[in-house]
Formats: sequence, structure tokens, C-alpha cells
Amino acid sequence: MRHFLVLCCTLLALFSTALVAQQTSPTQPAKLASNDPSGLSMSSASLTKTTEQLLVQLTRAKLKQSLTLLEKIAHAEGTNMLPLFDTMLAGNLYFIKRNNQLISVVKNGNQKHYHDLLTAKALEPLPKKAIKKIRVNNKIRVYLRHIIAKLKLSDDDPAARIAALKSLLNDLNAPTIALIATLRIEEKSHAVSAIMDLALSMNQALNAPLAIDKIRAINLLERSLEPQVRNTLTLISDQYAGSEDSDALSIKKAADKALANIQQTTAMYGYIDQLFFGLSLGSVLLLAAIGLAITFGMMGVINMAHGEMIMLGAYTTYVVQTLMPNFLEYSLWVALPLAFIVSGCVGILIERFVIRYLHGRPLETLLATFGISLILQQLVRSIFSPLNRQVSSPQWMSGSLEINPIFSLTYNRLYILAFALLIFFALLFILKKTSLGLNVRAVSQNRDMAKAMGIRTGRVDAMTFGLGSGIAGIAGVALSQLTNVGPNLGQSYIIDSFMVVVFGGVGNILGTLVAAFSLGIANKVLEPTTGAVLASIFVLVFIILFIQKRPKGLFPQKGRSAE
Amino acid sequence: MSQLSKLFSRKANGVGPILPFIVILLVATTASILGNLLFDPSSIFHVSTYTITLLGKYLCYAMLALAVDIVWGYCGILSLGHGAFFALGGYAMGMYLMRQIGDRGVYGNPELPDFMVFLDWQSLPWYWQGMDNFGVAMLIVALVPGTLAYIFGSLAFRSRVTGVYLSIMTQALTYALLLAFFRNEMGFGGNNGLTDFKEILGFRLQADSTRIALLAVTSIALAIALIVSHLVLKSRLGKVVIAIRDTEARARFLGYRTDKFKVWLFVFSAVIAAIAGALYVPQVGIINPGEFSPLNSIEIVVWVAIGGRGTLVGAIIGALIVNYAKTKFTILLPEVWLFALGGMFVLVTLFLPKGLTGLMSQLHQKYLKKTVTETDEKTVGSRV
Repeated sequence: MRHFLVLCCTLLALFSTALVAQQTSPTQPAKLASNDPSGLSMSSASLTKTTEQLLVQLTRAKLKQSLTLLEKIAHAEGTNMLPLFDTMLAGNLYFIKRNNQLISVVKNGNQKHYHDLLTAKALEPLPKKAIKKIRVNNKIRVYLRHIIAKLKLSDDDPAARIAALKSLLNDLNAPTIALIATLRIEEKSHAVSAIMDLALSMNQALNAPLAIDKIRAINLLERSLEPQVRNTLTLISDQYAGSEDSDALSIKKAADKALANIQQTTAMYGYIDQLFFGLSLGSVLLLAAIGLAITFGMMGVINMAHGEMIMLGAYTTYVVQTLMPNFLEYSLWVALPLAFIVSGCVGILIERFVIRYLHGRPLETLLATFGISLILQQLVRSIFSPLNRQVSSPQWMSGSLEINPIFSLTYNRLYILAFALLIFFALLFILKKTSLGLNVRAVSQNRDMAKAMGIRTGRVDAMTFGLGSGIAGIAGVALSQLTNVGPNLGQSYIIDSFMVVVFGGVGNILGTLVAAFSLGIANKVLEPTTGAVLASIFVLVFIILFIQKRPKGLFPQKGRSAE
Repeated sequence: MSQLSKLFSRKANGVGPILPFIVILLVATTASILGNLLFDPSSIFHVSTYTITLLGKYLCYAMLALAVDIVWGYCGILSLGHGAFFALGGYAMGMYLMRQIGDRGVYGNPELPDFMVFLDWQSLPWYWQGMDNFGVAMLIVALVPGTLAYIFGSLAFRSRVTGVYLSIMTQALTYALLLAFFRNEMGFGGNNGLTDFKEILGFRLQADSTRIALLAVTSIALAIALIVSHLVLKSRLGKVVIAIRDTEARARFLGYRTDKFKVWLFVFSAVIAAIAGALYVPQVGIINPGEFSPLNSIEIVVWVAIGGRGTLVGAIIGALIVNYAKTKFTILLPEVWLFALGGMFVLVTLFLPKGLTGLMSQLHQKYLKKTVTETDEKTVGSRV
């Protein structure tokens, strides 16, 4: 029992450090969390008298006067007035005739939503006659676009500037280009100026008067992966197609070359993407198989109820989330140790009451544990209903890490990959460096000798089985973030996890790691050409054939521990 | 060939030990058929057509259990994929039945089954050719699962994959087939499988007489399978197989090609399973990929374990009892069935390693021993 406690403590410590690390990480600025339905939060700083007057004037102004008014407002208030400009550009700006209050009216399907422009507070629906639209014409629209871009581009936050620039890439026009060119001179952030250069080059490539400038700009573009760049280059290539002019030919050639380069890079990132998905699938397989690598690999127990240990872990997550709905962010950190304990205890019970009596009879063990898996499934079905349960992901696990415009890694898959490796190495540490691990290895290598040396083999068996099952429970917490949590969750992993362990070589934990990742990657590499189902069939058939050739797996055990 | 004849040369004990069971089986079948034909529904002796079909289904399961028992009980090969052979046999029969529908399908296409018309296929795939011929279809029923078993078996047994590894491989096999048959592109009706059958050999499948005939055929097939298996396993070949089960290495060192014995036994068993599948499909009227699911295959093993492995009759009795219990449970207490099934797995492996027949013979022996010791004492006493 002492070992088990030590183990729990180690794991708890691990998680708590991870928790602290999580809290201090700056992934979640408060700004993003604010939940504004209309996106119209205007800073509530009181407006100056003159601005208020200007706004009132705006409601009564004629189209011709609006422009000057807007210029004055922009000059006075700067970024504070972005919501006004945005709403006006979208044609949603209205005012209440009675008190000149500016409001936004957003039509969503058949419903209209009313918000106060300055406070972004939702308003009661207003009769059509009580409000009046502030009209805009093309000239004003052009100005609004310009001023919005300008305001956003002078935002203090570089990330905001980048976002503004990226949205501008879609329609670059002369005033924006001029604006970018002026801002470029004073830009300090490297990332921002890179995009500015990109925008300028795109403009040059399209509009430069001299062919040589165009070609230079095109050559600069060949490393960019933005879809807009690809469109521009295709446009240029089409524009000069069929032309006899030598300048035109060389421009077209440059554009085609740049396009080919981009295509190549895109293809390369496609492969990297596949690789990542393969690694992600591999980490799932690893998580599913890692507990089995102990119970089946080290102890030789054919535990068909292994999948149900994973399922119990996933259901523990569900229960934890239902019990503490207000602390979703931390629910996983509570669920992890709990799942370890729940699955571990169930594992110990199974070992003490069933498996112990079937020692040395692997086929009988297989049948008995299969029976247990049926009982556990039905138990979950009776308690929680046969339907899938909803397990939600905390905020920090959603979203994705954008590496470049065509390649991004989703956070949940990244975290689970890291988590699988963490668990794996923690387990490796336990097995190689702790006394429990030593005992486990001794018993698995030579039971009688271990017994003669005074190891209480029965207890070690129970602890080992508990450890393997507990880790399956932890895997269940992680997998609940990727798949549906239902009574059949475990069943869908059991065959895969046995395949991984057998393929890697029974009794070899490192083999399990290699097998999990190679099967995951093989599956994902095959998938685009064969389709998902056929890919998994191929992998299964491959393993069946492989086991015929090398019955002991990739890394067979050598020396004394081999039979 | 001489080797082969030598193997069978040793005179088997005949069908003596299983004869009572076969008689019971045939009498029970005849009785239920007569009960259906002669008595009108109000009579207590009447056997409804529903029961007749149910009986037929049970007998198919019994045959499947027999197939598993042959390899598991006598050769120690625990196959968790015998459902695959059963389902393959079923699919072959299903293909024949599909072709018999002709233009009576929903789309009325005389050549293509409904699901192919639905998938906009222009012509029959090559493997559907000739399946409208009953003889060809029956050949396929035995041939395809047999070949699969031969390939799988010879690969596995030659490289000496045994025990648990083999079990997991067989499970992977049936899982791979499950995934494959779910695909529409395979041309076996995908998710829905093959159904809506109309007639077999020109007889309407819904007709009572056809159902009775199917039960009779199934019963006879089971009897034949039992007799043949019994003869095979009691012959010299059977002795070698049992020797392999007990110590494969020793049998190998004595000069037997153990892998060949195992392969052929595996093929034999697969063909029996396939025939069971072929008889099953016309009675239940549908075959879909669900039959390939690993759970089904493991359930078969439980029938055998409960009945008692290593005794052919035991496997059959196990299949009948468990399936009867399943029918009752799923009607009365559907929630409890999986608990009961799971509990049976655990309890039988823990407390009844030889199954019900083992229990019977244990009790029998105990009784015998008692009488033997009594007589011994008597004789000893009289001598003194």
C-alpha cells in the first residue's frame, strides 16, 4: 500500500506543478475572454463635450457634411470610435429620434438586435418609426475603410496590428497602400513589418510601372503562404498569359516560378500536417496501450477489461465536471488523480477477486476479464444511460497554434501528445528507478525466485495491476477530450491497444512507444490515398502478417526475461 | 495418401457415445415439426412457426459452438474470430438469396440487387457472378471461409503463433473484416447488409413449410457435423491433435508436422462454422456486418466454456442453454442480460473450468468412486 501511496503522491505533485505552470502561462489575456455578443464594446471612458456634440451633429448632418464630421471625430477620439466606424460601414448605424442616442441594429435572420453604441448594452426592440438610419455613400465608405485600417494599424498591440493587416490583404487599394507605406517607416515590431512588406510587395507585383520592379516584388513573394498571395500571383500569371512581350514573358515566368515554389512549400506543410496527425493518433494509441503494456506486457495478464478502465477514467471526468460546473478550467486537474484512483482501485479488486485465481491460465483470464468488461459496460449503461455523455474542454485546450497561414496545430492534440509522453516517461521512471518497479520486474521475470527473496508477490501483483489500470484511467481523462464518452468507449480501443503492445514486443515498454507512433503515422499516411476505414484495415492486416513473421514483436525480450 | 489412410486407420469407437444425443436431437426436431403440422394453434401440443424458426436458429448456433469446440477443446486453439467464418458463410448464402429476388426488389432491376441500384452501380461485380446458382453458392459457402482459414492458419501455425497471440490475431481478423464489410464499396450492402430475401430454391421463405424444412435440414446438418467431427477426433488424427493440445513440442519431436494438423483442423472447423452461417441466414432473413463483431465471436466461446470444452455434445448443450437464457432474459429483463453474460464468463472460468458436462462427469465419477470403493471393500473383506 505504501508504494501505491507514494505513487499517488508523485502523480499529484506532477499535476500540481503542471497546474501552476498553467496558471502562470500567458495564453489567455483577459481581453479575449470578454463575451460581447455584438463585438461593439466601446471603452466607457467619458467622451469629451465636443465629441458628444459632434455625434449629435452626425445624426442630423447631410451626407456632404458627414465626412468632415467623421474626420473630426476620428481626430478627437482615435481608436475609441472604432465601433462607430465599423457599425457605420456595415450600414447598421441608427439613432433614436427622441434623444439622438446612437444605436446599432443588427439583423440576424428574422430577428433584429438593438444595442447602444457607446455602452454596447442590449436594448428593448424599438418601433421602426422611433429610429432613423444614418446614411452612408460610397465616398464615406471609402473614408471609413481607410480610417478603420489606419486606426487599427496604429493600435498599441502588435497582434492587433497583424490582425488588421491580414484583413487588409484581401482588398488592397491605393490609399491603404499609401498608409501602410508611411506606417512601415516607423514600425518597430519585426512580425508586423514583415506583413507590411508583404502587402507592399503584393501591390508592387500588381501595379509597379516597371517590369523589373514587378519581378523583384514577385520574387519576394515566393516565400509567403497567404492565400491572398497565391491569388495575386495566379492573377498576374493569367494577366500575362499569351503575351508576346519579353517583359511580360519574364513577369509571367517569375510568377509561375513563385507559384511553383509556394505549391512545393504547401505540399511540404501538407506532409508535416499528416505527420502531426499521425503523431496525434500515435499519442492516443500510446495512452490507450500504455496501461496494457504493464498488465499484459509485464504481468502477462490478458486484460480484456482494459478498455473499460479507460472508460471509467473518462466517466470520472464527466462526473467531476457535473459536480463542479463552475470550475471547468480546473476540472481536468481534479479528474486526473481521481481517475487514477478509481480505475486503480477497480483494477486491484479485479486482481484480488478474479485474476489471482487464474494465474498461469491465460486463455481463462481472457474470458474472465472479458466477462468483467461486459459487466462494467452494463453498469455504466445502467447508471449513466447508454447515450454518450458530454465532456467539455476547458478554454485553454481549445484553439490552435498557428505556425503559418496554412499550417496550424490544435492545442488539444498538442497537449495530449505532450501528456502521453509525460505519462510514458513517468511510468518508465517508476519501473526503472523505484522499489515498486524493481519488485514488479523481479516478479515478472522469475516469480518463484522473487518469492524466495522475500517479495510478497501477491501484493506486487495487485499493485502492478492497480498501476496499469490507474494509468488506463488517466488515459481515459485525456481521451475524453478527443472522443465521445459512452459505454462503448473502451471497446473501441481494446483491439488497437493489444495490437500496439503485441507489435511493440510484449514486456517492452519502449517498444510500445515506438509501435504506437509508427502505427499512428502509418495510419495517417495511408489515409489520404485509401480512406480511413481501409487504412485501419491495412494496418491490421499488416500487423497480422508481421506477427506471423516475428511472433515476439518489434523488440523481443532478450536474456532471462525471455521465456 | 498412405499417411492419411494410416491416420484414419485406427478403428474409431463408432458413434456409440454420441448416439443418444443424436437420437434426442432428431426426435425433438421431429416432435416439434409434427407439433406444428398436426395440431391446431389452440392445442397445447402446438408448436408455433416462431418457435420453429427459433429452434432452427439455436441449432445453427449449436453447430457454430461445435466448430469452436473442435479447435479449442481438442487442439487448444482459442479462436476469437470464428464469427467471421460464420458470417462469411452467411454472406455467401445471402448473395444467393439476393439474386433470387430478381426483379421483385424495390427498384425492380432484374440483374442488380437493390443496394447496388441505389449506389448507382451499372453491372454486377465479378464476385457476384454465378451466385444465382445454388450449387455454386454452396460451393462458395465452404470454399471462401475454408480458404481464408487455410491462409490464416498456415501463416499462423507455421510461424508457431500460439496461445493468446493467436487469439488476439483471430480477433483482429474478424475486426478487420467487420470494418471492411461496413464499406459500401465492398459490394455487400455496407451497413445494412443483405436482407429482404424472397425465396430459396423456389420456395417462399415466409411459408411455414419452408421454415419447417429449414429446421429439418439444420437438424440433420448438425447431426452429420457431430458424427463426422466425432469420427475425425476419435481417429488417429484426433489423437495426434489432442497430443498437440497437451504438449505441442513433444508431438513435434515425435515427428508429427503439428502445423499441418492444426491448419487442417482449423479449416475443417471453419467450414462447419460457415455451413452453420449459411443455414442461419435464410432462417433469420438478414445478414449484416454486425455478425463480424468481436463480441459475437467471444460469445461463442462462452457457450462452449459453459457447456464444457473438449466434449462435442457439451458445446452444443452450452450453446442451446445460453441462447435460450438470452432469449428469455432479453425479453424479460434486457438490462440484466449483459450482467448475466459477464457473470457467466467469470463464474464459469473460476468455478467450472470444465463446464456443465465436466460438472456432470465429476458428480458421476464421485458417485462411481463411492460405489467402486464400496465394492472394493466388499471384495477385500470377502477375501479376508
